[in-house]
Amino acid sequence: MSAPYSEACPSVKNILLLDSDGKRVAVKYFSDDWPTNAAKEAFERVVFTKTQKTNARTEAEIAMFENYIVVYKFVQDLHFFVTGGDDENELILATVLTAFFDSVGTLLRGNVDKREALENLDLILLCIDEIVDGGIILETDPNVIAGKVASNSIDSAAPLSEQTLTQAFATAREHFTRSLLK
Amino acid sequence: MAQPLVKKDDDHDDEAEYSPFLGIEKGAVLQEARVFNDPQLDARRCSQVITKLLYLLNQGDTFTKVEATEVFFAVTKLFQSRDLGLRRMVYLIIKELSPSSDEVIIVTSSLMKDMNSKIDMYRANAIRVLCRITDGTLLTQIERYLKQAIVDKNPVVASAALVSGIHLLQTNPEIVKRWSNEVQEAVQSRSPLVQFHALALLHQIRQNDRLAVSKLVTSLTRGTVRSPLAQCLLIRYTSQVIRESGNNTQAGDRPFYDYLEGCLRHKSEMVIFEAARAITELNGVTSRELTPAITVLQLFLSSSKPVLRFAAVRTLNKVAMKHPMAVTNCNIDMESLISDQNRSIATLAITTLLKTGNESSVDRLMKQITNFMSDIADEFKIVVVEAIRSLCLKFPLKYRSLMNFLSNILREEGGFDYKKAIVDSIVILIRDIPDAKESGLLHLCEFIEDCEFTYLSTQILHFLGVEGPKTSDPSKYIRYIYNRVHLENATVRASAVSTLAKFGAAVDELKPRIFVLLRRCVFDSDDEVRDRATLYQNTLGGDGSVVETDKDVKDFLFGSFDIPLVNLETSLKNYVPSEEPFDINSVPREVKSAPLAEKKAPGKKPAGLGVSSSGPPSTVDSYERMLLSIPEFANFGKLFKSSAPVELTEAETEYAVNVVKHVFDKHIVFQYNCTNTIPEQLLENVIVIVDASEAEEFSEVFSKPLRSLPYDSPGQTFVAFEKPEGLATVGKFANILRFIVKEVDPSTGEAEEDGVEDEYQLEDLEVVAADYILKVGVSNFRNAWEGMGPDCERVDEYGLGPRESLAKAVNAVITLLGMQPCEGTEVVPPNSRSHTCLLSGVYIGNIKVLVRLSFGLDGPKDVAMKLAVRSEDETVSDAIHEIVASG
Repeated sequence: MSAPYSEACPSVKNILLLDSDGKRVAVKYFSDDWPTNAAKEAFERVVFTKTQKTNARTEAEIAMFENYIVVYKFVQDLHFFVTGGDDENELILATVLTAFFDSVGTLLRGNVDKREALENLDLILLCIDEIVDGGIILETDPNVIAGKVASNSIDSAAPLSEQTLTQAFATAREHFTRSLLK
Repeated sequence: MAQPLVKKDDDHDDEAEYSPFLGIEKGAVLQEARVFNDPQLDARRCSQVITKLLYLLNQGDTFTKVEATEVFFAVTKLFQSRDLGLRRMVYLIIKELSPSSDEVIIVTSSLMKDMNSKIDMYRANAIRVLCRITDGTLLTQIERYLKQAIVDKNPVVASAALVSGIHLLQTNPEIVKRWSNEVQEAVQSRSPLVQFHALALLHQIRQNDRLAVSKLVTSLTRGTVRSPLAQCLLIRYTSQVIRESGNNTQAGDRPFYDYLEGCLRHKSEMVIFEAARAITELNGVTSRELTPAITVLQLFLSSSKPVLRFAAVRTLNKVAMKHPMAVTNCNIDMESLISDQNRSIATLAITTLLKTGNESSVDRLMKQITNFMSDIADEFKIVVVEAIRSLCLKFPLKYRSLMNFLSNILREEGGFDYKKAIVDSIVILIRDIPDAKESGLLHLCEFIEDCEFTYLSTQILHFLGVEGPKTSDPSKYIRYIYNRVHLENATVRASAVSTLAKFGAAVDELKPRIFVLLRRCVFDSDDEVRDRATLYQNTLGGDGSVVETDKDVKDFLFGSFDIPLVNLETSLKNYVPSEEPFDINSVPREVKSAPLAEKKAPGKKPAGLGVSSSGPPSTVDSYERMLLSIPEFANFGKLFKSSAPVELTEAETEYAVNVVKHVFDKHIVFQYNCTNTIPEQLLENVIVIVDASEAEEFSEVFSKPLRSLPYDSPGQTFVAFEKPEGLATVGKFANILRFIVKEVDPSTGEAEEDGVEDEYQLEDLEVVAADYILKVGVSNFRNAWEGMGPDCERVDEYGLGPRESLAKAVNAVITLLGMQPCEGTEVVPPNSRSHTCLLSGVYIGNIKVLVRLSFGLDGPKDVAMKLAVRSEDETVSDAIHEIVASG
């Protein structure tokens, strides 16, 4: 879209989920700014190295480079990023980040780390698909997003035997930790 | 995903390395994808395989065309399964595979079935997938369903259709525009996100209709907009309406300002910020309008959320560029941000303070910054250096402490870009603050004593050669320069030799000593250094005695090199070694349109040391080569200028024709570029009949028809005129395209034998004064202006009458004269009441012309202009005045 920002719809250029070495867990680009995989990887490298040392674990952090605004938040060995153009409203990008971060948290039942994310990669990809469509924000409420994704996956209320092993482990672990905490 | 799970819990050491995709391989996954073809589908296993495929794509793996097609066909089989989760994954992978149009047909019916399903999730996703992969023809088939979906009672379905509409508007606007009734209805939706998407689409449908956008904004700002995102959109559209409604009365209230101000009290921070930012960006915003916006931004500065602090400080930083006083209230909050954990926020705070600070706070601020500089990255340091530079220009009296700061950081560790920013800043300060010159030059001298960047060393040496001789004691720089000749690489040594020669030429007393130094350089190990030393020894002349330097020598050493380097490069490449020496005057001097990068940063001062920018490879010489290949034009001499193409037909007509005007000393050639846009026609003997009755001084000498013009392959026909030698003769020409048209059989592509003669009216073409002036920039306008002297100066004043704005008036005069604006003076800052614009060019006959235009607003809209022209020939100066007087 060539319209100046002030007339354009808020847009997201990419959503990145990297691990603590900067490797891809799941990424989705909505803009042609990075035409090749090499360009994408280069951008991810820059984003990762420049944010690596910051503490983005309690509050979402923000940085600006190469004319992009990047908002990010880390948990365990996962780094969540949302990128927008340098004219974008920072708080809108932060809202998208929260949507992504929190809905992944819900979908992974609080066990948010790389291993869990990879084991449920389908959920992560569906989640990104529900948040942004071609750069345009579809939904920002983490509960609604998680609900849409979960209702599409195999029903979690189904008996244990019908769940995937992964889910079975997750549920079991959850029950276990809960009983410990009580 | 299943196989590595086994070891999961009893092998904790491997946990760090563990991944369900460990050892995944494309070939194997493609094999696995065969399960999609099983008669008894295992939904879970299929989902897992799709996830693996998506993982591969996500990691940057690519499928060959054949592989992608195979996967795609296999995936289409999965529509048989009723498993919801699997269907979701199918949708996802179809989007990722982005099938070609003949493949799309395969899934169309399945997707259309899903679009009419009872399950909302199917409807919503099928719409998104189909719209993503479809082309225009299919779209008309599904249009009916999409219109229904827009007003679907399920918000997810409605949003899916609306967002797809926003994407489709780019490729199929005429179809999407037919949905505006439904979209309008959706704007009233109770679902917040549907309203947001509907508003975005409705605005894009109507964006070219100012009145409609204005109505939309008027009705919505009064009504209720539910989602914060939609509210942000509405704020953006409102500012657009305000901007386009043009200049309002100075004192009166701005329409819609109340709405923006009201949004500052919205419950969502996103909306508050959007409104505050919109207010700060209003054209000609008053301090009364600014105050409430600044107040909310100030509150954000002390938020616990970094994103809010960043957004606020970044906006205030921009405000400070234009309205520093408005931001001073936030100074205390800003100062506490200098120690912010987030270095972007700290840097923005510092640079804002540098903009808003007053003279007395400079020293204190510099002390804070010195501590701060050691722990930030180079990119932030550059921003700070630039802010300090502008601060110094604002408070020239403080140059001493600022210059000291710059020289201190110059000595510290840092990368090339950072060092360059510092050096550039010192250079600019030296140029603009006379008192700072001597100390600045010495700092630079000390820097090159230990400088690892060849580029910076040579640039500084060049600068020293220009500025050093003008100081009170030039001899003290010689030591630094001559040291380079001993200690550096060949490139730096060569520039040091040139710099020495400049001192020798400019300061007569130094000449004998320089001569001795140059003589030593003749024994250098490098060719270039030796050559330069010998050359300068000879040009300086004499045998090392104290004599005055010739003017020619000075011109040679100090004169600016005004030939674009790109043009010189092409000319040299085209030069065939022969008896005839290369003639530098044969290099075209036309500067092609400025590179885009410059436009991106309007108002930014050109970097201090940069050589005048050279444009992208020019097309002049390609034209020249083409014209020279036509024997009839060979004796016209050297091509002076080729204009940009001028369209002679409306867009989308049967025949598209544009013309390029080639100006020679005694001739002008019109090159008509014709394109035939009708597939069923072949044109032959195409020629343009030119009626020059309104251009009396031109006489047609030659015309070259175009033998054949098939569909969609452009061709050229030429008409040449003779005109009085060396004069800027103007005139108007009427054009008719005449040709023989032959029908073409579209199935065989063969033309019929007999054709019919036909004519096609083209628009008129004018030869204007600007066609006789080349855009040739100068690197330093003031020097060039003073160098030209007032002998052939002509000054006069003109009233330009009422104009829409000062900027429009300035642009009109620049276009009229067709000259190159210098030093960024073509940009008029908004709201200024006066402006000076500097132009330079070369008039036909190779005569340099410089123009200084001073504009002023006289009354509310009337523009007055003072035009001062200097050139090498007074008749040319008069001619420029005539152009303006008659234009």
